[in-house]
Amino acid sequence: MAQAIEALPAAPPRRRVSPQRLWRTARHHPMASVALCVIVVFVLIAVLAPLIAPYDPAETNGRNRLQSPSWSHPFGTDSLGRDVLSREIFGARVSLQVAVLAVAVAAGVGVPLGLLSGYRGGWIDVIVMRATDAVIAFPGLVLALTLVLVLGPSITNIMVALGVGAAPNYARLVRGQVLSLRNMDYILAARSIGAGDTRIMVRYLWPNTLPSVIVAGTLTMGSAILAEASLSFLGVGVRPPTPTWGGMLNEAFTQIYVAPFLSFFPGLAIFIITLSFNLLGDGVRDLLDPRLRTTQGL
Amino acid sequence: MLQMPVVILMVTFALFIIMHLLPGDPIYAMIGESEASLDPEVIAELRAELGLDDPVLVQYLDWASDLVRGDLGRSFRDRSVVTGAITDRMPVTLQLGLLSLMVAICVGVPAGTIAAVKRNSPVDAFVTLFAMFGVAVPNFWFSMMLIWVFVVELRWLPASGFVGVWSDPLEAARHMALPVTALGLTLSGSIMRYTRSSVLEVLNQDYVRTARAKGLSQRTVIIRHALRNSLLPVATIIGLQLGSLLAGSIIIESMFALPGIGRLAIQSINGRDYPMLQGVVLLFTVTVLLVNLVTDISYAILDPRIRYS
Repeated sequence: MAQAIEALPAAPPRRRVSPQRLWRTARHHPMASVALCVIVVFVLIAVLAPLIAPYDPAETNGRNRLQSPSWSHPFGTDSLGRDVLSREIFGARVSLQVAVLAVAVAAGVGVPLGLLSGYRGGWIDVIVMRATDAVIAFPGLVLALTLVLVLGPSITNIMVALGVGAAPNYARLVRGQVLSLRNMDYILAARSIGAGDTRIMVRYLWPNTLPSVIVAGTLTMGSAILAEASLSFLGVGVRPPTPTWGGMLNEAFTQIYVAPFLSFFPGLAIFIITLSFNLLGDGVRDLLDPRLRTTQGL
Repeated sequence: MLQMPVVILMVTFALFIIMHLLPGDPIYAMIGESEASLDPEVIAELRAELGLDDPVLVQYLDWASDLVRGDLGRSFRDRSVVTGAITDRMPVTLQLGLLSLMVAICVGVPAGTIAAVKRNSPVDAFVTLFAMFGVAVPNFWFSMMLIWVFVVELRWLPASGFVGVWSDPLEAARHMALPVTALGLTLSGSIMRYTRSSVLEVLNQDYVRTARAKGLSQRTVIIRHALRNSLLPVATIIGLQLGSLLAGSIIIESMFALPGIGRLAIQSINGRDYPMLQGVVLLFTVTVLLVNLVTDISYAILDPRIRYS
């Protein structure tokens, strides 16, 4: 039956991402290419942290407290004498991990709800949409803060809190697309030869929403990193001694009059990685869905 | 519009459930003493008095019926009236929010327009870079950088505190300068970005070419013809910025010790102060929903083709 369906009216053409097209996109979007390289570097830093960090990030040294950047400690030392560079290298692990998993949770919850809501309509649609309205209207940071306090401040719980907060955006995005796809000829054809709802949603609708979900995912990673850093900065993120960039900024803020340099590098790292995800998201959007290509080049 | 009460009920009920799942007893958070040193009878009395012994649904219905009468209850922490505490702090948050939004719009809209008009020029490149900065920079880090420069190094501005605008306008401006700059400039990034793309799209339209062809000055074409029509998506973005503005106010108020509603939210979460947090979240939610409504209405004003039945 599946072959029969594929022989029937065609689904919207899905563009293949060939190496040539990738190269062409990379040339047209030098910023996105640079952003991808930066992200790869950060991922490598996170993976290889134990090998490349010059010191143990938790090692305190009372005689080395609040040292300015020097050759032995390029980013200086904090109030407990810990090497800021080593902590920053290990901090990349938490940020990237939370970002990837929060987006996975958001898409994992939001995409099925959006598919179901858009395809089935009726009361399911009403309930899902009102629930997404409620979550979207809920102040995001307050929701994340309370959820983390309820669940406890661990990496898993932070990613769940951030993922739940972002899921409605995915549900709405996918629902919108499904609404326009569900009456297309290939879906009607699939239905007419007996394909079930689940098969239609999973086999024919979901793949066509994937490009938008990937774009949204890339862009959400930047927001997730910022949100995790905000939670850690407010003191409800991952507990010390695990180094996080937001947590380092929290500590640095208490020392801002004595050692203002402490705040510079962790914030710069958050800024660079968030910017890179945003730029990459723009590039991915152009690659996967040229109809959305912006004339603005931003 | 009709969905608003339903959404408000869902949000407040969800928060009620979440708050009751929080580890720790609000009684201990309220009294601030260790469990062992408290008389169990006193605790039981307090729990009964605050209605904490009732099932969650009953507690919620009590709260909702009081809400209809305009009563948001009393704080668990200091027994202050929630509506009073919120209205006391409202001017600070309003001042911070409105000034930041003003900075964001005053920087974002003109900069985005100039960038679109002077596309591919150095000005455009600068605006694009600035917009990227605004979108990606954490506002608390940007605040710290501002404090480093203007407080620690130059000693021009105070790092924290709030002075009422009517008691000493100059001091009030000095105290608000850093928080407003931090929040306003970071918000301006998205506005700049969307204004630029929107103006660029409009500049390619036939009617703009016609306006140019009939000899109107560049200034008139941009301001009277292009900008007005390109403000529609920008109005949406400004409306959507409210969420970021509220989230930003929570962090910025805490950093700069501003006695506003954002800081109250953090204090309520940390103190398990259910009634206070319910009140704050209700206010935030209603504000977001109302601004969305105003954004929709502003469509009709900005674009007469759009009419709501």
